[in-house]
Amino acid sequence: NEYIEEAIKKHGRRFDHDERKRKREAREGHKMSKIAQSLTGFKAKLHNKKRHAEKIQMKKTIKMHDERNNKQKTGQEPVAEGAVPTYLLDRENQTRAKVLSNMIKQKRKEKAGKWDVPIPKVKGMDEAEVFRVVKSGKRKSKEWKRMITKATFVGEGFTRKPPKYERFIRPMALRYKKAHVTHPELGATFCLPILSVKKNPSSPMYTQLGVITKGTVVEVNVSELGLVTQSGKVVWGKYAQVTNNPENDGCINAVLLV
Amino acid sequence: MKHTRDEHKHDLHTQPREKEILPQQPGERYVKPKVAKAALSVALEERRTQLAGATVVAQLISDVDGTALGGRLALPAATTVGQLAELVNRLTATAATDAVPYAFYVDVTDSNGSDGLKDGKQESALASSLLDDVLVGRGVSAELGLVIRFRPQAVFRVRTVTRCAASLSGHTEAVLCVAFSADGTLLATGSGDTTVRVWDLDTSTPRHTLSGHTGWVQMLAFAPDSRVLASGSTDATVRLWDPRSGAALGPPLRGHTGLVSALAWEPLHRNKACARLASASKDATVRVWHAPSRALLFTLASHSAPVACLKWGAEGFIYSGSRDKSVRVWDADSGKLVRVLDGHAHWVNALALSTEFLCRTGAWSHDLSAKQAREMSQDEALQIATDRYNKYAAQSGPAGKERLASCSDDFTIFLWSPTEGKKPIARLTGHMQLVNHIAFSPDGRTLASASFDKSVKLWDGLSGKFIDTLRGHVGAVYQVAFSSDSRQVLSGSRDSTLKVWDLATRKLKMDLPGHADEVYSVDWSPGGDKVASGGKDRVVKIWRH
Repeated sequence: NEYIEEAIKKHGRRFDHDERKRKREAREGHKMSKIAQSLTGFKAKLHNKKRHAEKIQMKKTIKMHDERNNKQKTGQEPVAEGAVPTYLLDRENQTRAKVLSNMIKQKRKEKAGKWDVPIPKVKGMDEAEVFRVVKSGKRKSKEWKRMITKATFVGEGFTRKPPKYERFIRPMALRYKKAHVTHPELGATFCLPILSVKKNPSSPMYTQLGVITKGTVVEVNVSELGLVTQSGKVVWGKYAQVTNNPENDGCINAVLLV
Repeated sequence: MKHTRDEHKHDLHTQPREKEILPQQPGERYVKPKVAKAALSVALEERRTQLAGATVVAQLISDVDGTALGGRLALPAATTVGQLAELVNRLTATAATDAVPYAFYVDVTDSNGSDGLKDGKQESALASSLLDDVLVGRGVSAELGLVIRFRPQAVFRVRTVTRCAASLSGHTEAVLCVAFSADGTLLATGSGDTTVRVWDLDTSTPRHTLSGHTGWVQMLAFAPDSRVLASGSTDATVRLWDPRSGAALGPPLRGHTGLVSALAWEPLHRNKACARLASASKDATVRVWHAPSRALLFTLASHSAPVACLKWGAEGFIYSGSRDKSVRVWDADSGKLVRVLDGHAHWVNALALSTEFLCRTGAWSHDLSAKQAREMSQDEALQIATDRYNKYAAQSGPAGKERLASCSDDFTIFLWSPTEGKKPIARLTGHMQLVNHIAFSPDGRTLASASFDKSVKLWDGLSGKFIDTLRGHVGAVYQVAFSSDSRQVLSGSRDSTLKVWDLATRKLKMDLPGHADEVYSVDWSPGGDKVASGGKDRVVKIWRH
């Protein structure tokens, strides 16, 4: 909405416009000083603060203008560090320190056995969550049996121990043989049979029992994918990390660790 | 001594175990490889005894101009190199006092074209005798006629440097460049602390400290008559100094808008007053100055990227190599662009001219005494320099022409004949990393290249054929320098060592450790007795025999 500008264009300004403008600007200094002197209280504080900031800016611009006029004495800037001959200019030479520190970091990583997994940290599962107490005995007072409430993998030749002696019950409904594995780069998902449970991040006991929860690293059979190593051998087992809660979903979704 | 497993572990916190490179005995004569009896197999031994008394028919041909010397000669098989040299001297009727040493090369193909060789090399350098090198070493039949080519070598022989004679400290920042004057009496070094120091070589003390620059001094160049020293710096100025008195010759030469990356003086035989100086800079121009009046003569502006290297040729052309992948040839008198030599695929790092040693030393040569050199007048100097240049140019074939070699970040080297045409003579490939520096031997026959792949490669200076790779450094090799008799080459590297290699045997002759940090610049004095090196550890080291 530019009606003011339009009107000015159409009809022009007052004849004494320039004179009045000049006089108004000349009075500006006096006006500002009167305001600054008469203000009190909180308003005064705000005004002073604003004025202080303005003065600092003004001083800076004046100094900058002054610099242009002054001729700087040569040799005042300090000489840069790290003198190199012409053939090494503009070359990024990795310093020896960086190379050594990289080497040390690599060695430490290998020693610690840390793997680079998509889900590095998982909330630990406590026993009360994973195991449910099963009461047994004539009076139902013995409580040494446990039933696993999470998804498990038991393997091909699994046979239960005699029911009287088995401590951990793995219900058949929660046993899974296959997992839906996604290849991170290709984006495709395959249903691949599980070979074993490699590591459950919560506890090594769960790994032994074959409990599969979110974050567990399992080994899957990838012979379907037809991967071949550099030396010509066919890869048939690869690790994958579980990305969902199988006990809630009824299936195991994992992402392949390439 | 019991070696536990721990001793072999490479512990990063203590000194790493160093691999010792045992130096060979410094040789003053031609290196005769001791043919150890144990090394020869029984069959070879048999062959040797069989052929010991045989006679071989040979034809001597000069390598310089291709003419035959005498007819076909019947030589005993056990003729040594020394005896062959004497023979050639007699046949060319040179007086005993003027006897010239020769290097001999045997072509082992016979006239039919089939070669009697095992490993495919066509040319065999003679090191000890015909019997050992050709007949037994290469398995050539004694009945074939041999063609022996001889090439004159420098009459004087430079002794190899073996020890650090002096460590000159004084610079407060890394030493970026070292330069000997044309007669080898003065040494100047430029450093990151913006000063140039001129050192007294006899007492190993700093003679003058020339301050004035406000940026790192990256380039130094002595005029061919050693009267003026020019220094280029990152503050985009070139300053002229009198190295003998330590005084600045007038105010700095201003004009460049970027740091000065290369300097080149006009050769003495073209200008007896040594008045003109060219400087190349990061602002992609080359400026030619008149040194006595400090006036800018003209600007050569055609490059589109920083000019990295500059050479003033002996035939009146200026060569400049730049990061825009081209080498440009300019006419030094008019300032016009004569030719653009294209071919490289990445930055051009360094240039080398086959006449470089001639241009650098001007009128000085090893048989001039110091007194004569000092008191020579300009006309005498001009005469001597012109004679030397004419003698060089009188060589037949490509040896007499000026050849230019350019090395680049694309791992290759181009060999050009820039006065003739745009097409390169050869493209020298083989390095695995960028080639940082190249140098022609003073006789223009061999080219050495230093690369970041830790090796130095030797190439034939006439055709560009690959000769050999010299391995031994454990870090990138930064610079190479030839000795003035063309028999040895020196390389300075990032691993803080210098290594002297023998060209006849192509082996490591001397390993010179001593620097505490990277070696940025090396120079061999034209007189051959001293080597100077400077590096990141702020110390300039002088090495002698």
